[in-house]
Amino acid sequence: MSLYVDIKKVLGEFTLNVKFTAQEEVMAILGASGCGKSMTLKCIAGIETPDEGKIVVGDRVLFDSEKNIDLSPQKRKVGYLFQNYALFPNMTVEENIGSGVNLPKKERFRVVKEKIKAFYLEGLEKKRPSQLSGGQQQRVALTRILVSEPEIIMLDEPFCALDSYLKWQLEQELMDLLSAFKGTVLFVSHNRNEVYRFSDTIAVVSDGKIDAVSKKETLFKNPQTFAAALLTGCKNISRAQKLTEHTLNAIDWDMILYSSRIIPEDIKHVGMRAHYFKYTENVDSQNTMTCDVTKVIENPFSYIIMLKNKNSTVGNGFSKIRWEVDKDAWKAISQKNIPLRLIFQEDDLLLLS
Amino acid sequence: MDLSPLYISLKVAFIATIITIFTGIAAARYVLKIRRFKGLIDGALTLPMVLPPTVVGFFLLVIFGKNSVLGKVLMQFNITVVFSLVGAVIASAIVSFPLMYRTVRGAFEQFDTNIIYAARTLGISEFKIFWGIIIPNVIPSIIAGTVLSFARALGEFGATIMLAGNIPGRTQTMAIAVYTAVQAGDRAKAYNWVMIICAMSFASIILMNFWNNLQYKKSAKRSDF
Repeated sequence: MSLYVDIKKVLGEFTLNVKFTAQEEVMAILGASGCGKSMTLKCIAGIETPDEGKIVVGDRVLFDSEKNIDLSPQKRKVGYLFQNYALFPNMTVEENIGSGVNLPKKERFRVVKEKIKAFYLEGLEKKRPSQLSGGQQQRVALTRILVSEPEIIMLDEPFCALDSYLKWQLEQELMDLLSAFKGTVLFVSHNRNEVYRFSDTIAVVSDGKIDAVSKKETLFKNPQTFAAALLTGCKNISRAQKLTEHTLNAIDWDMILYSSRIIPEDIKHVGMRAHYFKYTENVDSQNTMTCDVTKVIENPFSYIIMLKNKNSTVGNGFSKIRWEVDKDAWKAISQKNIPLRLIFQEDDLLLLS
Repeated sequence: MDLSPLYISLKVAFIATIITIFTGIAAARYVLKIRRFKGLIDGALTLPMVLPPTVVGFFLLVIFGKNSVLGKVLMQFNITVVFSLVGAVIASAIVSFPLMYRTVRGAFEQFDTNIIYAARTLGISEFKIFWGIIIPNVIPSIIAGTVLSFARALGEFGATIMLAGNIPGRTQTMAIAVYTAVQAGDRAKAYNWVMIICAMSFASIILMNFWNNLQYKKSAKRSDF
């Protein structure tokens, strides 16, 4: 069951304008808070109404402003897992799960019983949501959605409120449970690691617009826009100006860089991931910056070194370089007491337009 | 001592409370649904709580009086509101209505909208969402509102005396009986009624606290897991 979305909604100063297609896959919507991710999900579910556009699942039109089609959320068959799971507090686990089943009583009882077994909820049937742990609540919420037989499932930041240990465990669990689901899964998150582990395709949303849609490997290796680079965790970004086919001027870093790839005409920024820098003692190698160390920050397993170009007078937020380096490597370098030279390897430069 | 004011008071408060339960919940739901004139309608519904009861009574007299359209229509059906038990019930219901309405409305507003959205995406009908999910979860507030409304209806004086008058055995409630006794200089009778009213009001507050504690213990036990 594929999903086609093309909607527009104006909310005061903010305009949501997204268009994408998802196949039977896990598609992540990656974006900073307030970029319109959740609003997109709410429009698909029918909780919010877009100003104009079209939403189609398979061959079923859920919303079409031109034809005046706007199915109620009840008829859309879109499962929505809320951040707080939204279980019904007055119902037991089995009542919660059975609430979305539209079958005669006997049949419903059988289906619910079967699912309770399949999702390892036996023994919790008579418990109320407030008596369950966070993980159990999530499992109940997901079971409740799956029993209602949706055609697509949407997950709204499902791990946002959890601490990192629990998060890891729940993430694995959720992936197992969802593996049996055949339709499209939309997964909204602002966490790049989560998104990478969870999804096949990633849509980057920035300021209400879809910035890029691509396979996750492609996106992380070669994010083509500023927003995609930031959201995939690129820490160093400088304004850029194309000079020749393969060279560019990195304005904020104040240096000329050579790239092995052809530089696009409309390049605006150049990026470099914090752990991709190489260190050299050689003075005249290409793409090298001689740096001043401004700050050393210690992490559990690495150091973050804040640097700036020694020979530059450009001083703004973007001109700072962030380098992440192993503890041992940094100890060895700092003992040598010589000027620090970083190589921006020609293959690792992110060319952003 | 003639106990008729006690019976009349209980009868009036009981019927008035039942009316406010239904109208209060319906009004709370309606006001949350509408988009236009929300503030205006909310203001009008809350007004009886802040207006002097005599002013409310005056309005009711104008609305239900012999010369009003509504009064004439009701006359056709042989219903007289002015100087009758029906009038006492209407006055008490109007004055206690805002307590119910506001308590329930607050509970509706605090109810997690995600739960309602989730129910919708699961295909649950709006009717079932309201009666099967929202109402059971706001029951504590409905009960609190009921106790408050009942206590207010029981103690209602101003609007009642304006609309229903002070007819012993027919519209004379306990609160009015105190007033009448003092006017007549019958201190002993006034003391009796004062004591009965104090005891009943106190009992209803104790009952409400007891209920609140019970709810609190219940929820504490649940999250104890």
